[in-house]
Amino acid sequence: MNTDSRLADRSLRRDSARVISRLGCLPLSRREALRRCLFGTAGLLLADGWGLQARAATHPTKAKSVIQIWMWGGPCHLDTFDPKPGAGYDYCGPLDKPIATNVDGIMIGELLPGLAKQADQYSIIRSMTHGNNGHETASYMVQTGRASGGRDVYPSVGAVTSLFKGYDAGYVGLIPPYIVLTEPQGRFSEAGFLGSRFKPFATGGDPAAPRFMVEGVVAQGITDERQRRRRELLHQLNTLGRAMPGDASLKALYQSEDQAYEMILGDAGKLFDLSQEKDELRDRYGRNTFGQSCLMARRLVEKGVPYITINYKGWDTHKQHFQIMRRKLPEMDKGLATLLQDLKERGLLDSTIVWWSGEFGRTPKVQWEAPWNGGRGHHGKVFSAVVAGGGFKGGQVIGASDAKGDEVKNRPVYPVDLIGSMYELLGIDPSAKLPHPQGEDVRVIPAVAEAGIIGGRLKEIM
Amino acid sequence: MWGKVSRLLTFLPAVGLLADPAGAVLTPTVESPFVSPAEFKPEGGIDQLVFANLERLKIQPAHICTDAVFVRRAYLDVIGTLPTAKEAGDFLLSREPNKRAALIERLLARAEFADYWAMKWSDLLRVKAEFPINLWPNAAQAYHRWIRTALRENQPYDQFARELLTASGSNFRAPPVNFYRALQNKTPSGIAQTVALTFMGARLENWPPDRLAGMTVFFSQIGFKQTSEWKEEIVFFDFTKTNAAAARLPDGTQVQLSPGEDPRERFANWLIDESNPWFTRNIANRVWFWLLGRGIVQEPDDFRSDNPPSNPGLLAFLAAELVSSHYDLKHLYRLILNSRTYQLASIPGTDDPAGTLNFAAYPLRRLDAEVLIDALCQITGSTEKYTSAIPEPFTFIPEGERSIALPDGSISSSFLELFGRPSRDTGLESERNNRPTAGQRLHLLNSSHIQRKIAQSRTVQNLAAAGSSPRELIGGLYLATLSRFPTADELKVVNAHFEGHQTNQREAAADLVWGLVNSAEFLYRH
Repeated sequence: MNTDSRLADRSLRRDSARVISRLGCLPLSRREALRRCLFGTAGLLLADGWGLQARAATHPTKAKSVIQIWMWGGPCHLDTFDPKPGAGYDYCGPLDKPIATNVDGIMIGELLPGLAKQADQYSIIRSMTHGNNGHETASYMVQTGRASGGRDVYPSVGAVTSLFKGYDAGYVGLIPPYIVLTEPQGRFSEAGFLGSRFKPFATGGDPAAPRFMVEGVVAQGITDERQRRRRELLHQLNTLGRAMPGDASLKALYQSEDQAYEMILGDAGKLFDLSQEKDELRDRYGRNTFGQSCLMARRLVEKGVPYITINYKGWDTHKQHFQIMRRKLPEMDKGLATLLQDLKERGLLDSTIVWWSGEFGRTPKVQWEAPWNGGRGHHGKVFSAVVAGGGFKGGQVIGASDAKGDEVKNRPVYPVDLIGSMYELLGIDPSAKLPHPQGEDVRVIPAVAEAGIIGGRLKEIM
Repeated sequence: MWGKVSRLLTFLPAVGLLADPAGAVLTPTVESPFVSPAEFKPEGGIDQLVFANLERLKIQPAHICTDAVFVRRAYLDVIGTLPTAKEAGDFLLSREPNKRAALIERLLARAEFADYWAMKWSDLLRVKAEFPINLWPNAAQAYHRWIRTALRENQPYDQFARELLTASGSNFRAPPVNFYRALQNKTPSGIAQTVALTFMGARLENWPPDRLAGMTVFFSQIGFKQTSEWKEEIVFFDFTKTNAAAARLPDGTQVQLSPGEDPRERFANWLIDESNPWFTRNIANRVWFWLLGRGIVQEPDDFRSDNPPSNPGLLAFLAAELVSSHYDLKHLYRLILNSRTYQLASIPGTDDPAGTLNFAAYPLRRLDAEVLIDALCQITGSTEKYTSAIPEPFTFIPEGERSIALPDGSISSSFLELFGRPSRDTGLESERNNRPTAGQRLHLLNSSHIQRKIAQSRTVQNLAAAGSSPRELIGGLYLATLSRFPTADELKVVNAHFEGHQTNQREAAADLVWGLVNSAEFLYRH
């Protein structure tokens, strides 16, 4: 840290301390207090805690939000963004006619015509690698940038972003700062050692249903009037609470209750009402769970939510691979292409990173034999990722796989390189400390020696 | 009227209540439901040490809790299970002179005791099939079963520890070997750190490097090898590995290991020796922490010289009791549960924050995720679905299994994740997070999951069918949820509630059950 930033850091601390000492005597409005505290305890009130360090570590930069499209199961790189028509039928199967895009020289899979028209908006990384073929370990590696093993379980990008861009960093939305549409992954702990306060809020429900029933926020068949009467009944039945006025653990419960009712009865919950969008736009996104999740993600970004993950299931195609590609890729193409276009039209793409990736790719050689009968296995040696917006340049290809998409040919990109690049654009200092339960010195991005082999940040497109 | 009651009995068998000639079930409680007017008399060593300390600090302790609070607390703390309406009612109406002591004995003998404490131990011993503790489903099951059996049979704790530390063999056939597999870091120093955390409550990362190195030597000859069976792994003493450093016990004693000697044996013998300063105090403190919500040393797994016990005499007393009972854990439970200290009300006698540190009242704690969902299922007569990402036969859980009995941390549900079930990554007590969040509150107040359980329950159907708010049904509902009879004030609220809902009794009934399970009194151990 140079002298200037050290001074800035010190003065920020001093200012913050003054704010905090004032907070003690000035009553916050209830709504304001709720905003500051929603989905956790009050970070602002941690005078000397990491809350302020987290703030100091955030420099205002290009990206404000991330939409992570998590291709759960591992999508095939050959059939999406790294086609290999020359490899023959054993590798391509029936999908051997890649299409040109609106950027000269970039070809992508034939089932992605919408995205082919937008290649100038995104960049493709064709040399992602980590070498692991286990779903959970690979998911962990791609989303934390760390090798597995060792005593600690590290937080995912979403948890780290919600630490540095969430309530402790001045985020004031009532919607939690880290949202998952719709189901959590459950195969590894997203928050790692940061703990449950940094876990994502999983919406549940289905955004493509006539009404998006966000679990806990929208309850079918319960009118607002009944909600209010129930709340009153809850107060009347609180015999223990009346016997223990001022108890700290009950206060925490009441606070969480006030926050919950702001979502149930206040305006915040209305954000999830997709019927407020035009039918025409909803159709363009595709009237399916993924398409409407993309639309929901855009609405969340508009409200300033820093991190949204769309968990997109169904890419673990050991069997019936090509049938599934023909069914799912058009759906993905429509949702993602519309998302990029919609963000662009609303002027949000420049401040929103869209990150498309799974935990690995799939074996380039098709497994025609029984029991797979035309499937593809796990492939961590090389796979593709796509990034757009938030300061990433579009229309570029980084790295390459070999002729058959089996190994990295040049410019290997490890998960830590991609994640570090996103942090840089988000203004998250890679050398900032993470709050560790045992006080260990853990940085946002491991030092080179600790991380082992790295390929370097994506400077080509930043 | 009895017709209505017998309808209720199909779900809440309240035979004991009906048999009571005084008809106490119909008589609402007038005094405080939480604080007993009974005179306070210290009993036994624990009370003497705790109350002498409180007197010295001039802290006024809480009153003794009522029978209603005690029955609920004892069930939740000892077997992780909410008492049924009948169990609570029977206890409240019993005139047995030592009914609290008798209840403690019955609970310690229940099958759920082994389930609940196997769950706690599985958190500490990281029983999990998948990432990052990759035990694999059948090994996780075997390990859990071994732990549960040890607790059911009340295996002396020193032997329990010794078996875990010295076992060799197959992960499927010699379950305690999984201790060495349930680690993220399987290097000798990683193993030493876990051993110290688990059995000494010590965090070796804070130790000087040479002390850590000395202990590491004892775990440097552990070998792992695969067999031809899918996912089988043998843990064995690998004498071909040699040590550069000298073996040194954590107390500083240098140890000369003979060739061919498994150093784990030497370490285990030192560890469980009565004179070991760490072993006994650590487990005594853990049991105290589990039952009283706060360790005498807090955090309970962070013993170090600059983190002294709040009441050293008390810790020494509990440790001595363990030694003299040959590490009989149930003896320690019994001693604590029968103390007046444990039976204090949660409504404090003082505002002094030092009261909490010195056990002047029973602290409120939110129910554990597993206990909470089991209680909700019990009240509403519903079940939950638990799944694992690994589609192995061992991970399919029959409908109706209670979550405290789940063997494997990879078998879970979104409710358990939301309510802070430990991830079983590290074995730290602090992994369990019972702090309330808005997300949890939203779920309990308003999710389709909980609404459905309530709406479809027999309790709501019975209440709605009754057409009014008959006292006996309300009494049964209070017993089933809060383990006590309603007060006169509460009956007034409930009557007014039903009168305000003349047109929709079903909705009124559902909202009442909803209100009770969302009350602080239900959600917290108190």
